[in-house]
Amino acid sequence: MSDLAIRVEGLGKEYSIGQSRETYKTLRDTLSDAFIAPFRRATKLLRGQAAAAAELDETIWALRHVTFGVKRGEVVGIIGRNGAGKTTLLRILSQITEPSEGYAEIQGRVGTLLEVGSGFHSELTGRENTYLNGAILGMKRAEIRRKFDEIVAFAEVERFIDTPVKHYSTGMYVRLAFSVAAHFESAILLVDEVLAVGDASFQKKCLGAMNNLSRGGRTVLLVSHNMAAIENFCSRAIWIDQGKIRQDGDTREVVKNYLSSFTGSSQISLDSLATQSRRGSGEVRYTKIEFLGSDGKPLKIIRSGDSLTVRLHFHSDKRIPNPHFGIEIYTDLGVLVTAASTWAAGLDTPFLSRGDGYVDLEIDWLNLMPDRYYISLWLESMGPISYDLLDRCATFDVEVSNFYQSGRGIHKRSGVIFLPCKWRLGRLPNPGESSKTRPREQKSESRLR
Amino acid sequence: MSQDPVARQSAVAPACLHDEESPVIRIQPSYGWIPLKLRELWEYRELIYFLTWRDVKVRYKQTVLGAGWAIIQPFFSMLVFSLFFGRLAKIPSDGIPYPIFSYAALVPWTFFAHGLSQASNSLINSANLIKKVYFPRLGIPLATVLSGVVDFTLAFIVLLGMMLFYGIVPTVNTLWLPLFLLLALVTALGVGFWLSAMNVQFRDVRYTIPFLTQFWLFATPIAYPSSLLSEPWRTLYGLNPMVGVVEGFRWALLGTDTAPGPIVTVSALAALTVLVSGAFYFRRMEKTFADVV
Repeated sequence: MSDLAIRVEGLGKEYSIGQSRETYKTLRDTLSDAFIAPFRRATKLLRGQAAAAAELDETIWALRHVTFGVKRGEVVGIIGRNGAGKTTLLRILSQITEPSEGYAEIQGRVGTLLEVGSGFHSELTGRENTYLNGAILGMKRAEIRRKFDEIVAFAEVERFIDTPVKHYSTGMYVRLAFSVAAHFESAILLVDEVLAVGDASFQKKCLGAMNNLSRGGRTVLLVSHNMAAIENFCSRAIWIDQGKIRQDGDTREVVKNYLSSFTGSSQISLDSLATQSRRGSGEVRYTKIEFLGSDGKPLKIIRSGDSLTVRLHFHSDKRIPNPHFGIEIYTDLGVLVTAASTWAAGLDTPFLSRGDGYVDLEIDWLNLMPDRYYISLWLESMGPISYDLLDRCATFDVEVSNFYQSGRGIHKRSGVIFLPCKWRLGRLPNPGESSKTRPREQKSESRLR
Repeated sequence: MSQDPVARQSAVAPACLHDEESPVIRIQPSYGWIPLKLRELWEYRELIYFLTWRDVKVRYKQTVLGAGWAIIQPFFSMLVFSLFFGRLAKIPSDGIPYPIFSYAALVPWTFFAHGLSQASNSLINSANLIKKVYFPRLGIPLATVLSGVVDFTLAFIVLLGMMLFYGIVPTVNTLWLPLFLLLALVTALGVGFWLSAMNVQFRDVRYTIPFLTQFWLFATPIAYPSSLLSEPWRTLYGLNPMVGVVEGFRWALLGTDTAPGPIVTVSALAALTVLVSGAFYFRRMEKTFADVV
């Protein structure tokens, strides 16, 4: 092991497709599998159809041939699309599930944070849950008792610590849960996308806590969609794509390549998207997103304040009743900015025929601040059927515009919403008037400010 | 958002966190029979304590009668048994008043039956935990069965009250009682290991549990004495571990004539077999839990 805290060699995890689709089997299924399938397979083998015989055991590799090492005290970001295998990797390293091939070696106490509040029970009080959750994470009772005050103070729930958590607000609940986990002292910490919870001020606090964790000499593996956080905390990043390591190296380099894989052009093809990252029956599928200007021509650059048409192309394999189209826009911190759908807008279509088509979402005035945004799409009948669900399948960049004609633009990270507003100078103090002559007005002015 | 990567890397690892001596854990596919790792289970004893404590605490929250349920269940069964089997069917009770004869058996039985059914569903009920955190999974059914000890204690206090009422003086044999309780616990745990692991794979198990406990109830001498059987069948009857438990309880508390030595020995062996085989089966199935549950 020498100076390595984690060593992963040729790690792979195979799921049989039957297993991933239906979560559990009935005894009858297994009996029929056990008794009938071998005969069917044998018959096929006898006829010389080896490929067909293998088909009965169809499996997918959620992770394969993954090899890397993490030095002690190193903070490594794991990035990749949904379904790429990031969480599977963490689950194997934290021994929740077993690999199918290869091995991993870990030296030191491992803390896993795959979810905040694992094992929280709504009937128990904050105090009781703190002890229970701490024990679940692997803390000793004495250790929890020693840190109890610190945990409660960090979570800002002192007043409600003896109230059952079912009466907590979501924010309080999440704060307490994160706080317990953040106070767990382990040599190795595996964290999965837990930063996208809580309100903004608590997120900031979490990020601060993460920063302390990473400075404390701990070895950290951090899975996140928040590229800012990854760039901030990690000196090294590993990009996992469809179960394999696509790139492993300096964070900035890897993040840049990862983000550019989303293609920032006026048109984003969705056909090639890995099947793991889309759900739904697939009878109708989104095929392409196009960004068009008011003149109907493709937009090379999208700017704050632009008028814009988002054209969603789709293909349907058969006649579909009552389809509805929806779009959601997220920030890179995972905050939902807005959602729009044909259902909410009252646009009903009795059916879709077979073939290709598109719907347009016309935005008169794009009031998003310059930044990168993620798009999720859905297509479903408002009944139980989902045809196509694409989680953060595309990104688009909103660029700085010269909206005010001032030439100064708006800086990146000025927030999310571009407020439709104008500044007008009100009454300003006249340089000719001294403060002595009109003291009252001055006062109210300063109070206003 | 810019940070100096050099500063981060140069942070020195505190000795307490990264210990050169700490053992290397190797994570790899496992095949065949898997060791039980009892030492690891011991290291997690505090978690098992907390899970047990949670089960106890949560069980009767939001119920009107609360812990009263722990007494009501065996007590009312006793009333029904006394009426139908004792009064109407005139089933013999080894010369002991029928109500206490049946209640002394119903107390460990309720502990067993409850532990068995709770343990069998324990993995499914903890699905969220299993998917998100690692700890020895054997602890889940173990904690569920252990939490039943509190209910047992409450029902046992009523049993002592009844003994007082019937003027039965406990003998020295009472000292053996914890052993018989342990036997009931081992049996519940052993069967619980088997059924909970199977339950993850086949949800059919869930539906067979009420049926199984009912069947087992009548296969155990609760409403009738085992002295109805002649030797050697009576000793062989001990292959059902609950026979040993029930006979042991009656012997230790009520002073039934026959010392249950042979029966209890057979029962203890049977219970241990179920426990050990159950634990190994559980460990073998364990790797699929997080993927399937």
